[in-house]
Amino acid sequence: MTASTAIPAHARATNESAEPAVAASDLRFRYGGRTAIDGVSFTIGRGEFFGLLGPNGGGKTTLFKIISTLVPPQDGAARILGFDLRRDTIALRRRIGVVFQHPSVDGKLTVSENLAHHGRLYGIGGARLRQRSAAILERLGLSDRAGDLAETLSGGLKRRVELATALLHNPELLVLDEPSTGLDPAARRDFLNYLAHLRETAGVTIVLTTHYMEEAERCDRIGVLHQGRLVAIAPPAELKARVGGDIVAINSRDPETLRRKIAERMRVDAALVDGVLRVERPRGHDFVRDVVDAFGDEIESVTFGKPTLEDVFVHLTGHRFFAGVGGAREDGDV
Amino acid sequence: MNEIALQAGTLWLREITRFMRQRSRVIGSFLQPLVFWLLLGAGLRASFKPAGMPAGIDYFEYLYPGFIVLVLLFTAIFATISTVEDRREGFLQGVLVAPISRPTIVIGQALGGATLAWVPSVIFLVLAPFAGIHLSLGAAIAAALMMAVIAFALTCIGLAIAWKIESTQGFHAIMNLILVPIWLLSGAFWPIAGAPAALQWIMRLNPLTYGMAALRQTLYLGETQALGGLPSLACAIAIAVAFAIATFALAARTARRATAF
Repeated sequence: MTASTAIPAHARATNESAEPAVAASDLRFRYGGRTAIDGVSFTIGRGEFFGLLGPNGGGKTTLFKIISTLVPPQDGAARILGFDLRRDTIALRRRIGVVFQHPSVDGKLTVSENLAHHGRLYGIGGARLRQRSAAILERLGLSDRAGDLAETLSGGLKRRVELATALLHNPELLVLDEPSTGLDPAARRDFLNYLAHLRETAGVTIVLTTHYMEEAERCDRIGVLHQGRLVAIAPPAELKARVGGDIVAINSRDPETLRRKIAERMRVDAALVDGVLRVERPRGHDFVRDVVDAFGDEIESVTFGKPTLEDVFVHLTGHRFFAGVGGAREDGDV
Repeated sequence: MNEIALQAGTLWLREITRFMRQRSRVIGSFLQPLVFWLLLGAGLRASFKPAGMPAGIDYFEYLYPGFIVLVLLFTAIFATISTVEDRREGFLQGVLVAPISRPTIVIGQALGGATLAWVPSVIFLVLAPFAGIHLSLGAAIAAALMMAVIAFALTCIGLAIAWKIESTQGFHAIMNLILVPIWLLSGAFWPIAGAPAALQWIMRLNPLTYGMAALRQTLYLGETQALGGLPSLACAIAIAVAFAIATFALAARTARRATAF
């Protein structure tokens, strides 16, 4: 499959390869008095598999809305696939495929009707539409469900239909908002495998938002969003290497006192994150032995491990990743 | 141009397909005004004769075109409600990031909603003899055309509201506060001529009055009729068409503002 069929050759020659898939500078967005995106700049290369990682409310869905051309940034500029986000919006939209967190397929329509509507919105009709629909349904293993109403499909199949509509017009850039939300682990793995395959075979640039660590691990690079700012942007392995060695987490009845004692006696600064003492040490097992020897009575439990992306998040922000997620706020739309 | 037709056409088709798969909507949009008309008309025809009524018409007959417009109003407005939720968590999200201009989206939606409103109101025309109106073929065609214009305008009003507000609760409030009074004050219930002077002015300023007046006159096309305070047919048609164009412009502008592109 090539992505070139819908796009005139001269347009590709001027925009292709010369410019990155996404080049954003100082993007800002506010909802009323609340800042969702607070001066974000980054570049995503062609063919890259890029993840925007952050807790709910961190600003990733707002950034998704800007990149997918759903809303323009209130400040700052972005060039996507070589097009100015504000000026060349229509031309840009022809080259982007978008998968939303909430379903955008119409449940009252069949799978093939949904694809047909989507194709016509992109100016594809007639025989070309039938041919492409059949091909994409085949590729995504949906051929035998073509006549089913979309609302009757399982969550995993629905998500595949979303992906089918987003790919129907052969986009160069695929933007996905929390694509695995609501999928069971097996369906999630399938979906990610297909995205990786798409990148390998068609060279499609993939940008997704996620709060799943295992999803972020699959990305070439991830941008970590916290309170509307991009606090890091690097490959997952490099981010983990920034954490100073192993992670030791200590639970105690009186963590504040213990923290002071550890500082006095062992000359080690432990961070207190949500009631848990957290220490980054190059040789974690030695520290575990020393701390248990010294303060065994005051410790309820000790865990020790290699840093995960969650530890990276704590390291970068001083906040736990899922802190406050259990609160009343439903802020998937931020 | 071809692409715009393809895009608007597919949005139109989607409205029709969805509607046909929701039987209760089809029946409800038609039955509710029918029942109101039968009850109100039958109850009031014997005793009620508002001032300014044209000679030779009883109240049952007078109400008939008013309830055609009510069918149009209900169906057109309800066809647009889905826009509110649809653009945040549904089908319209995908439309908004497609290479389609906002006016084209509104054209597709408006033609869809207008068609849904128009079809049951044309079926309502079959009931004309029960109202005591003997429709000629010419009159039926003229009335159906006029109904299409009114349907388009009412759908565009619904869209202008639906693109502006954030929740469907707000929609129902606006419906009861603005749209139903506009219908009541359009000459659907009582003739302009018999109303108090202040009310007459409000009715004359109400754009729907002219659609209503044009429809009323097309139903009796070819017969000599007393206007009873109605504007002439040509004037009523001109204002009704201008109103449809204006409401479309308003809906397109609202959609553009709401999506900021």
